[in-house]
Amino acid sequence: MFNRFCRPELHCHRRTLLGAGLLGAGFSGASMLTPIARALAAAEASGRIDPSRPRSVILLWMEGGPSQLETFDPHPGTSYGGDVGAIKTTAKGIQISDLLPQTATQMHLASLVRSVVGNEGEHHRAIYQVKTGYRPDPTLTHPSIGAILCEHDSQAFDLPRHVCILPGNSPGRGGYLGGKFDAFKVNDPAGPVTDVQRRVDPERYDARIGDLMDVVEKNFARGRLADLETARTLHRGSTDAALQMMSSEQLTAFDVTQESASELEAFGDTPFGRGCLAATRLIETGVRCVEVNLGGWDSHVTNHTLQSSACETLDPALASLLRRLEQRDLLSTTLVVCAGEFGRTPRINPAEGRDHWPHGFSVLMAGAGIRRGFVYGATASEPKLDPAHPKRDISDPVTVGDLHATILHVLGIDPAEELITPIGRPLARSEGQPIKPLLDSKVG
Amino acid sequence: MPTIRHTSAVALRWMWLTAVLFLAALYLLSGLTVPPSPVATEPKNVSPASLMPSASSPDPLAGLPADLRDVVLRLNQARATRLADLDLESAGVADWTTICRRLSLSLVGTGMSMQEIRQLQSLPESERTARHLRNLLSSTRHHDYWAERYTRFLVGAEEGPFLVFRRRRFRHWLADQFASNRRYDGIVRDLITAEGLWTDRPEVNFYTVTYDSGDDGPDPIRLAARTSRVFLGLRIDCLQCHDDFLGNVSLGDADDLRFGTQQDFHQLAAFFTAARSNGLQGVRNGPVDYQYKYLDSEQEESVPAAVPFGEAWMPESGNPRRRLATWLTSPENRQAARSAVSHVWALLIGRARGESVDNLPLDEPMDAETKILVDDFIANGFDLRRLIAAIVMSDEFRVDSRAGFHVTARHDAAGAVFPLVRLRPEQIAGSVIQSSRVHTIDRDSSFLVQLQKFGGTNDFLKRYGDRGEDEFAADATTISQRLVMLNGKLVDESVDYNPVLNASAHVLMFSGDDDEIVRNAYWCVLNRPPDQEESDHFVARLDATDYRRGAIEDLFWTLLNSSEFAWNH
Repeated sequence: MFNRFCRPELHCHRRTLLGAGLLGAGFSGASMLTPIARALAAAEASGRIDPSRPRSVILLWMEGGPSQLETFDPHPGTSYGGDVGAIKTTAKGIQISDLLPQTATQMHLASLVRSVVGNEGEHHRAIYQVKTGYRPDPTLTHPSIGAILCEHDSQAFDLPRHVCILPGNSPGRGGYLGGKFDAFKVNDPAGPVTDVQRRVDPERYDARIGDLMDVVEKNFARGRLADLETARTLHRGSTDAALQMMSSEQLTAFDVTQESASELEAFGDTPFGRGCLAATRLIETGVRCVEVNLGGWDSHVTNHTLQSSACETLDPALASLLRRLEQRDLLSTTLVVCAGEFGRTPRINPAEGRDHWPHGFSVLMAGAGIRRGFVYGATASEPKLDPAHPKRDISDPVTVGDLHATILHVLGIDPAEELITPIGRPLARSEGQPIKPLLDSKVG
Repeated sequence: MPTIRHTSAVALRWMWLTAVLFLAALYLLSGLTVPPSPVATEPKNVSPASLMPSASSPDPLAGLPADLRDVVLRLNQARATRLADLDLESAGVADWTTICRRLSLSLVGTGMSMQEIRQLQSLPESERTARHLRNLLSSTRHHDYWAERYTRFLVGAEEGPFLVFRRRRFRHWLADQFASNRRYDGIVRDLITAEGLWTDRPEVNFYTVTYDSGDDGPDPIRLAARTSRVFLGLRIDCLQCHDDFLGNVSLGDADDLRFGTQQDFHQLAAFFTAARSNGLQGVRNGPVDYQYKYLDSEQEESVPAAVPFGEAWMPESGNPRRRLATWLTSPENRQAARSAVSHVWALLIGRARGESVDNLPLDEPMDAETKILVDDFIANGFDLRRLIAAIVMSDEFRVDSRAGFHVTARHDAAGAVFPLVRLRPEQIAGSVIQSSRVHTIDRDSSFLVQLQKFGGTNDFLKRYGDRGEDEFAADATTISQRLVMLNGKLVDESVDYNPVLNASAHVLMFSGDDDEIVRNAYWCVLNRPPDQEESDHFVARLDATDYRRGAIEDLFWTLLNSSEFAWNH
């Protein structure tokens, strides 16, 4: 049962634990600390997190279109409010749906944008728009946030820097930046990462690799392009990278079974819950962008049942994710975005469902320079629903481009900078403007 | 409350019944929406047999019709002149197995099967390439594969709007067009002038793929951008929002080109406002009706339908979409023919002739080889098979990818050697599956094999990544892709010792000795025999092990993981 007197933000903090660890080190030696803990300890010693630490992003992707009314923008007791109630949160003055009680205990860490306006009402096109910031264009594929972030990061690393857990149909794409920035796809972290396990014993595997490189590849290179490997195939390089990943200790970041039973339980015994837990582990390890996908929001019929079910999965995972990142001092450098491709109609249809609604839906953002406990934009509690003027029901409408510009800005990337696409077309990273009221002035 | 619930439940049931009856009516109406259309007068199809050499002569062009032979000779001469001007030496002609593998990869999307190789080996060597080309062009595998490639090009790779878009029907329609060697201009005309329901007039899906949720008609903006790109080889998307101020888009008369304007884009889009959605009748013709507010204008204005260049080639009056189709397929519209040639070239060679397949600026003159192909394509009734034959019989397609001299990027870029082109993901999947079977996998294969191919390809593409409609993007290999090949299920199942299905088992059962085992494994996977060093190495491996099945699995795995397998060369 949710304890409304509980103040999770006062719970045992990472710094407190770290302090205990440092005390303990006096007895057992600093070598007991992990490299991450050592880095954090150094940051602690200076009183703040290293500002040069690269920023990362976790995108909790609600595929299918979550209802803003049943999640972050409830209007109980109104014509369109449906069966949902609103509850207080740890952020003063902010109420969210009573289907998200655990998230309510972490709202002091997050902000809500309740007035996002998209241009697309069809799933594929809207997913494309929200994930890339641009409407679909037949002449090029735009990169997703994760790809843009990774293009900025040239450091060598054993794992792919852009990861998508439970990819569904829309994992982040590299787009015109190239396929090498596509998200690395993994399934439920309850099982091992696909395709990193050898299918034969190591000795036989090594012999296969030896035959491949020393015999077949050598023969193929003969008489062909002088710099075949470096200028064209990159075969050896990509094979070496794959082999390095297969034997990397960093792979354990995917293995949530190394977590305590209580932590696993806190995130929820679901693929999505485990995905969120794995996402925090990957960010701790150095991955720059993790998407975790949760489907089940497409509620054209029996809206309340479907939204309740999806919220039941989302709630513990989102709350635990925010709590854990904050406890480990990672929220200051990790942006958490919880979004879907659009919202759902205020009007409930004859099948007790809600249909697609890009005219004012909600997105949760937290961390990495986003203000805490803040709401931007609003939808009318009794909207007029004039199809010719859908924005009349919205205060401070935010375009998808603005949302992207804000995300890029807090990640330290200039959204206005123009990139040259493969056909020589200059294109800004985002066509929007950062939402200034959302930015934490202390962090900038 | 219970009364409301009961009423809702009854209403829901009636809605379902109504929906079922509506769908049944649609089904019954299927075929009735075909509008009357004038009978197209097209020249008789050209038989692929008449294009191919048949004589057992060392001359690869022997037996070609004289006019086609002349085209190929002129292509070869133009290439030789170009390379001489660049002071580049050309590699020699590749062997027949390499050329046949290239043909298979480009026309049916996989390497050759052992069965095909054995059949070709039974012929005199000089006839093998031509026979293989003839076999492939008349194969349903080719019609299906090119239909899929063109579908991506014409309507994109996504599934499109639910209910009103039938991607599979569109693809099958295209396969039928390729199977009957339909004229290219006829295909274009059908797409532009399509009328009817998306279910019984598959070409209508060219329009319905642009329907947005909530709208009830085709999107003229998207259709204008797509048409310009795929039928004209012009990327004019930026003109949607503003005039060209970077000098990237030139339009206007051939002798007097000017910068593109916003009007150019929207006047082209205006043609597509004549395609109206009309309920059960599907897409129907109507008048042009397009209002648009140009950048910096105060108010919307009526936009007339007009083409961005060559207005004289278009009829002055009549059905707007038919006027546009006539202009697009006019023999004088060489830009449109150039675009078609550019696409076919890229499908065969794997890369564009210039910098891009579908970005062919009007102010950029055609190179000599493209000009020869465009002239021949127009003069011979937009015959796709003749165009394919001309390209694949030319030196540019037949040249080796390795040479006795120091091969540089300049040689590669100029086509002095055959370019190394990474296979598309579905080509890799298809080739992995085909290499594990002795027989050719086609529509006549057993249901089980076809099911395995379908499931295996889909699973593989999910992990490996589908390039979508980025047809000719030159991406680097990702770690994910290497992992899928090194440790993935498809490769593992393909190399597994399976006496019923897999070539790896058949090679062990039916080869006479270790030499032959290694040779046959190479034929299956890389479509060539091993060289002496390779043969010695793998024969020694077999000789040294007590676990011969494992050694053959290892050999297949090694070859499947090679860059030689993953690249066209």
